[in-house]
Amino acid sequence: MTDASGKGGPTETLMVTKFLRARPQDSWTIDAARRHNNAYQTLDKAFAMEPDAVVQAVSDSVLRGKGGAGFGTGQKWSFLPKDVFPRYLCVNADEGEPCTFKDHMLLERDPHQLIEGIVVAAFAIRTDLAFVYVRGEFALAADRLGQAIRDAYDAGFLGKNILGSGFDLDLVLHRGAGCYIAGDETGLLSSLEGERAMPRIKPPFPAAQGVYAAPTIVNNVETISTVPHIIRRGAKWYNAMGENRSTGTRIFSVSGHVERPGNYEVELAKTSFRDLIEGLAGGVRDGHTLKFFIPGGASSPWLMPQHLDAPLDMDYVQGELKSMLGSGAVMVFDDTTDPLQVAWRLGKFFEHESCGKCTPCREGSGWIAKVLYRMANGQGRSDDLDLLLSFGNNIVPGLNAPFAQTTICALGPSTMSPVVSLNRWFRDEIIERMRADETRRAGLAVTPA
Amino acid sequence: MGLTDADQRRAQQIIDRYPYPKSAVLPLLHLAQDRDGWVSPEAMEQIAELLGLTPALVLGTCSFYTMFKREPAGALVVSVCTNLSCMVNGGFDLFDQLRSRYQESSDVSVEEVECIAHCDHAPAFQVNYDFHGPADAHGAADVIEQYLDGRLAARTISGTARQEVPR
Repeated sequence: MTDASGKGGPTETLMVTKFLRARPQDSWTIDAARRHNNAYQTLDKAFAMEPDAVVQAVSDSVLRGKGGAGFGTGQKWSFLPKDVFPRYLCVNADEGEPCTFKDHMLLERDPHQLIEGIVVAAFAIRTDLAFVYVRGEFALAADRLGQAIRDAYDAGFLGKNILGSGFDLDLVLHRGAGCYIAGDETGLLSSLEGERAMPRIKPPFPAAQGVYAAPTIVNNVETISTVPHIIRRGAKWYNAMGENRSTGTRIFSVSGHVERPGNYEVELAKTSFRDLIEGLAGGVRDGHTLKFFIPGGASSPWLMPQHLDAPLDMDYVQGELKSMLGSGAVMVFDDTTDPLQVAWRLGKFFEHESCGKCTPCREGSGWIAKVLYRMANGQGRSDDLDLLLSFGNNIVPGLNAPFAQTTICALGPSTMSPVVSLNRWFRDEIIERMRADETRRAGLAVTPA
Repeated sequence: MGLTDADQRRAQQIIDRYPYPKSAVLPLLHLAQDRDGWVSPEAMEQIAELLGLTPALVLGTCSFYTMFKREPAGALVVSVCTNLSCMVNGGFDLFDQLRSRYQESSDVSVEEVECIAHCDHAPAFQVNYDFHGPADAHGAADVIEQYLDGRLAARTISGTARQEVPR
């Protein structure tokens, strides 16, 4: 998207992020949200519709989940079995994908936008109880959302007979306690039930059998925060932004070696990685050059400078570039970065966060981290990369994107993302470096490793 | 420590939010940790009794989550992120220096954590789950000292705002 002023630079689209930019100091209060951000003005319009018509509007907008998987939100809602009650809505605010920092900002600065979206979504799927699962470490977000929920009850936007519509909704804030895999939708349900956050085999999908074995919809914070805008301004307005099946906007969290790290909401497909990294985020810092970037969180395969002009289109990035936009976390690394150190740090992350339920991930993630550690620290062997690919093949059969998996959830295949990326972009450089390390070690009196 | 009447009432309020009592395990573990400064075996037994669960199930859940301390910890938990954006901006250096600085301290526990979603302020850290950063070791130590001498009001060890903890 180009600047309307004619300067030609990329611009942000401030839809859900209005209160992340120019905002009143007390933007999280119900007064500021109602005065400056039209909070709760969609409810009457939604209540005048049939619930199924709300689901249809969301389907027509082609809104897709903004937490990582990109599944159609309206489609997910329509999977609920007819006439099975009780059923539940769970909002996933367990934002843990490395370098994603958008959802807790939405909670800290605009919690009423989320609550309004929850009321509309709950009305659409006909539930009277919704949960927000807030990552335990997000203390300020929990404070502000908690206050916002109390204020929304007092103002009659939650509770019995909301705005005289006859629709009832209770909203429960549930704090997590430090666990990445609680962000997986079935891991979240296990955690909400008071258990270890271990993902569950699908099917049954949560829409059929979720929390307490009842039909459950799990949606990300940004996704639900978008819903009121779609209902207020119409599905056509939303899907006129973007192209194909990448409609509307998304927030990208840009960090690493850039001049202006931060959250940028941009129109999908019409904006490129270059607009985002070089335009909005100010480019690589201190006059350095870009070495590589990770386009969608730790689980997404890495991209190179030659991909900068690719559009932020979910299907293009997956189909053509064999990666994904995932959670929208764009990590930028300059020419001072050692790719092996980055890969090792991701390996260490996945080893720490593997829940231990599936053997390929529990065992594999540890081995990947160990081998990457020795490679990054001068103890590697020239066939180590092939060793990693060899046992990685047991986690991701075929090693081709999109990744197949031998585990219940996507954490297993994610462990191979850094390895596949090293092999794809840095193979010759790494093998040469490992050979040099071997030669150096051969000259030592005692050969380590 | 036994359960006071106030504890019982607070616990019951939490349990009543959920369709099934077992969902209250995490909130009650947070409550116990806020009260005692850690999650003791006795606290887990009390939670099990309140919810009609076995202590083993409560321990199984508790031990899965990194925020729960099953040994007494310092009153201030300093969580230093070393994940990617923090790593390339000096996160490991910050962690190493803070850890050695507070090694002997009984008030401050320095721990290495995974991404805390404050990447636009890398290298970032939390003190009892309040965000800080970017900071070098000197700047971070200055922040920690402000918590220690009361110039900054720290949250509880589970990250609850201080004024919201009963008693």
